[in-house]
Amino acid sequence: MLLNQFLILGAFLFAVGVYGVLARRNGVMVLMSIELMLNAVNINLVVFGVQHGVVSGQVFALFVIAVAAAEVGVGLAIVLLLYRNRTSIDVEDFDLMRG
Amino acid sequence: MDVLLAFTRPSLDWHALAPELTLLAFGTLITIVDIIWDDRSKQTMPTLAGIGLLATLVPILTLAVDGTERSMFGGAYVVDDFSLVLKALFLISGYIVVLMSVDYIREGDYYENEYYTLMLTSLLGMVMMSSSRDLVSVFVALELLSIPAYMLAAWRKGGPRSNEAGLKYYLMGVFASAVMLYGMSLVYGLAGSTTFDVIAQELGSGSSNPVAVLGILFVLIGFAFKVSAVPFHTWAPDTYEGAPTPVTAFLAVASKTAGMVALIQLVFVAFLVRDDVIQPFFWLISALTMTVGNLIALRQTNIVRLLAYSGIAQGGFMLVPFAVAADAPARAIEAVVIYLAIYAFMNLGAFTVVLAVARKTRSGEIDSYSGLFQYAPGLAVAMTVFLAALAGIPPAGGWFAKFGLFRALLDAGGGWAAALGVIVAINTVIAFAYYARVLMPMWFQPVTDGDERPIVVTGALGAALTVTLLATMAFGVLPGLVGHFGEVSVLSALGG
Repeated sequence: MLLNQFLILGAFLFAVGVYGVLARRNGVMVLMSIELMLNAVNINLVVFGVQHGVVSGQVFALFVIAVAAAEVGVGLAIVLLLYRNRTSIDVEDFDLMRG
Repeated sequence: MDVLLAFTRPSLDWHALAPELTLLAFGTLITIVDIIWDDRSKQTMPTLAGIGLLATLVPILTLAVDGTERSMFGGAYVVDDFSLVLKALFLISGYIVVLMSVDYIREGDYYENEYYTLMLTSLLGMVMMSSSRDLVSVFVALELLSIPAYMLAAWRKGGPRSNEAGLKYYLMGVFASAVMLYGMSLVYGLAGSTTFDVIAQELGSGSSNPVAVLGILFVLIGFAFKVSAVPFHTWAPDTYEGAPTPVTAFLAVASKTAGMVALIQLVFVAFLVRDDVIQPFFWLISALTMTVGNLIALRQTNIVRLLAYSGIAQGGFMLVPFAVAADAPARAIEAVVIYLAIYAFMNLGAFTVVLAVARKTRSGEIDSYSGLFQYAPGLAVAMTVFLAALAGIPPAGGWFAKFGLFRALLDAGGGWAAALGVIVAINTVIAFAYYARVLMPMWFQPVTDGDERPIVVTGALGAALTVTLLATMAFGVLPGLVGHFGEVSVLSALGG
């Protein structure tokens, strides 16, 4: 099986996601980068599940997908709230509190 | 694949699930009452939430009296003494937070019904966390407790600070859970199972695989964000300052306890065989967390930010026993559980005093505490007890928590444990300095703005103060009370 190739794909997607979270300033783009990280996790889980010949990996991936949907729902609501109050979704604009 | 067997319904132990179901039922009930009676039901919401939390304690008591260990879903969900002690702690902390919220939420023109529903949901996640013995159930419990908390932090919808608090908490929380999940996927890949027992066997057998180290570190880093350990603490002060104060108390106590509970199970059940990874990791992270938290706390001028950094430092103290996890496992678990129980009451108490004082002064600055003793002697005495407890001065409760740390370190022995003990001692002294900076003006300085009208403490806040004050003093004078729960929980956590 192409275990290594899938794992490299997963690691690459995860790294792209981490880069996106750290470098992007647009709130929605940060959310999408987090989704990339979670999908890298899903690839890993499914591949490992197939390799071990058990379904628990796929079941775990289903849980991750469902919970990620809930997370993004809340995230978009928070971004929308910020846009209403500040007409900006640039995450670096939000620095009222420091120290 | 021949593994796709026919589905058989797992056997459910309804008695073991009764606490979770009661909490869920009351959360749903609040929503239904809100839909039917709308604004007329607002007054009853805190009462309903409080009754729900107290009602959930009943099945926990019956389970504790029964005393048998109940395991469900192939060992993924376990109800034992360890989990019952922590479930009770979560529910009591939740009840105190509800008492703190009553007037704050009512007077602030917030959404009331949804507030209590989300708080009960988050508590449900915490109650589930203490029973989870499986990667999937830990993950689901973590998200169930975190997602409502993101919304609670941003509850002041029109306030830019609260929005910012919600955004920072959300982004850091979700990023941390993604990192943690990646670690979990690697651990799952090596072990071929999500259950902690099997993971422990698989990690222990065979040669040391570098992927295991990576997986373990990613999972631990994910939870380090949750318990705001340095260097993953940056969200905590901003979120604590911006969020509504009762929510801050909830995050600082209940949410941090939940992260610690997950760490206890991961470290002491699943990863204990890899003590070559976890002990140095926690040694470093606890030393950093204590020191950085305390040093930054020294220069804070806002009381909530001061308590936030003090909370980070307290989290560092709680992480100390993990650094000797394999050398003295029983003492280490006992120390963490005892610390969590005492910390919950003394920190919630300090936040209650902050809430009560802010009702009059409308300020969070430390300067506004000058001369508090002259117009609110009761609150000044209460604050003194709580801060003395946090600093670890007998007879207030905190000394016994610190004593537990030193006992675990002594049991472990060796140069590294001794060095960590020295760092704990130095940090305890640093902490005196900033707690004293709040206490001195309170007792000895004149009132800054000359306004000496007494502070009216509402019934709910008074009740919260009484409970936390009694518990803090009782734990200090009769440490056997909390020590007993610590010992009970150790036996079941290690015996399983």
